[in-house]
Amino acid sequence: MATPEVTSGARPRLRAEGRRWGEDAIKGVLALCALVSVLTTAGIVIALLEPAIEFFRFVSLREFFTTTRWAPLFEPASFGVLPLLNGTFLVTAIAVAVCMPFGLGAAIYLSEYARPRVRKTLKPAFEVLAGIPTVVFGFFALTFVTPLLRSIGIEVEIFNALSAGLVMGVMLLPTVASLSEDAMTAVPQSLRDGAYALGSSRLQVSTRIVVPAAISGIVASYVLAISRAVGETMIVLIAAGQLARVTFDPQLAIQTMTAFIAATGTGDVPRGTVDYNTIFAVGLTLFVITFAMNMVSIRLVRRYREVYE
Amino acid sequence: MSAGSLRLRGRSRADHARGALFQGLLLFSLAIGFVTLGVLLFDVLQRGLPYLDLALLTNAPSTDPQIAGARPAILATVYMMVILLVTVLPIGVATAIYLEEYANKERWYNRLLDLNIQNLAAVPSIVYGILGLAFLVRGLGLGRVLLAGALILTLLVLPIVIVSSREAIRAVPDSIRQGGYALGATQWQVIWRQVLPSAIPGIATGSILALARAIGETAPLILVGALTYVSFNPTIMGPFTALPIQIYQYISRPQEEFKLIAAAAIIVLLAILLTMNAFAIWLRNRYQKRW
Repeated sequence: MATPEVTSGARPRLRAEGRRWGEDAIKGVLALCALVSVLTTAGIVIALLEPAIEFFRFVSLREFFTTTRWAPLFEPASFGVLPLLNGTFLVTAIAVAVCMPFGLGAAIYLSEYARPRVRKTLKPAFEVLAGIPTVVFGFFALTFVTPLLRSIGIEVEIFNALSAGLVMGVMLLPTVASLSEDAMTAVPQSLRDGAYALGSSRLQVSTRIVVPAAISGIVASYVLAISRAVGETMIVLIAAGQLARVTFDPQLAIQTMTAFIAATGTGDVPRGTVDYNTIFAVGLTLFVITFAMNMVSIRLVRRYREVYE
Repeated sequence: MSAGSLRLRGRSRADHARGALFQGLLLFSLAIGFVTLGVLLFDVLQRGLPYLDLALLTNAPSTDPQIAGARPAILATVYMMVILLVTVLPIGVATAIYLEEYANKERWYNRLLDLNIQNLAAVPSIVYGILGLAFLVRGLGLGRVLLAGALILTLLVLPIVIVSSREAIRAVPDSIRQGGYALGATQWQVIWRQVLPSAIPGIATGSILALARAIGETAPLILVGALTYVSFNPTIMGPFTALPIQIYQYISRPQEEFKLIAAAAIIVLLAILLTMNAFAIWLRNRYQKRW
């Protein structure tokens, strides 16, 4: 900054400031705070890797990923993670079957059909679902949905994948709906107007113009929902059971990766034992799966933002 | 126009029927969420209300359902809220200021930081529990104490606070900053006296929602060791349990009566959370500025 020429009176005297150390110090402190989130990620990776590496010294990757018996705390122990992956996959598939179509439907309604005032009240009300703690959803699945399924003739076990999956699907509705709706709202009005001018109905505009135009955002919401379903713990811990097995029958009790971690991590498992390391090996598997999906989701969201904003 | 080259016609009956059917399906999709929410609330109230009394709030947990309460858990949840407020708010807002006001977005490390925060927001909460177990409980040797639980919840909701604070800061128009600079203010003076005051409603709303999310969390606290039988008032450096954990414990007990006490405790938890949510929404509507 150049020193302005002050011709008359020389008052006020303007001059270029020297380097302000206080300003630099503040920037430094702020950057340090930003570092906390980087350290969190680093911490997660280190926390998972170290015991997991120790675990895989004891159990081969091949045994972990290809054998089908999961009994780490029994004698003789066996460490096939497939039953847990199977359990996670089963519950996730049920949840996704609920939240994908109905979440998208809710998003289309909010974005294309609801009048502004209606949307303004419906949207926050819908988000209340997202604010219900998962332990409450678990309670609901166990004490309401399971008896309900039995009363309509579906012979589920007390703990079963079906009610956990259904309730999880409803829990994920706002995730899908709000992200998809954001993407649809970002679609320029001119595209809709053009289609209406050509005589399209609202149904046609919604399904052939808006949804295809917002597809990357919608897929992003789907991927995020899958990631959330895979990582969800309390619903499956309470309502889906603790029985690791390979099955595709949703009426049976199963165990997911998250439920195993929560069930095993409660006790005072001594550090350094294989049992303790098992938690981290499963945790690492879970982290890698969800991390990959989060990255895909983030990329997709960026893409629609780049196109329309 | 030559005859017959373009036949315009109104929408047929079938078109209208299809449109109505589609709209019906959309409404049905929306209704699934609302109906489930309604049934859930009704079911919890119906089960829990008869057990919702002062004893629930003032008694310690017990094996006797007649006198079992949740006082230590409720107190611990309140303590954790206070700790969260003083940890997550400064760190979250500072990070948001750095990213929005200082960071050069062309630099790879700032972009990595941004990506990192977005990813952290979607890491499963149980993974944070593993982090807490490995670093806070064992690594730092804090043990299974309330502070460890509160700190892990801090890390868990930090991304939420950062993202919502960034949005609030971004919404402050640049003309405000330019005006400040024109009057000779330094960058920090502009941020502290102009940008932040304008962004406070948005930051507050996001932080309250993040806090609500934190105190409803169960899974990470299980791994940090909150799943213990605590019948005395918690201390920051002592063993603890939290309200959602207490609910989980009551659900897990075999006697049916404890499920009803769990329902009553759920009412308490939901009342706290819905109050916070309503307050956040009110705050947003009351103070939101339209530039």
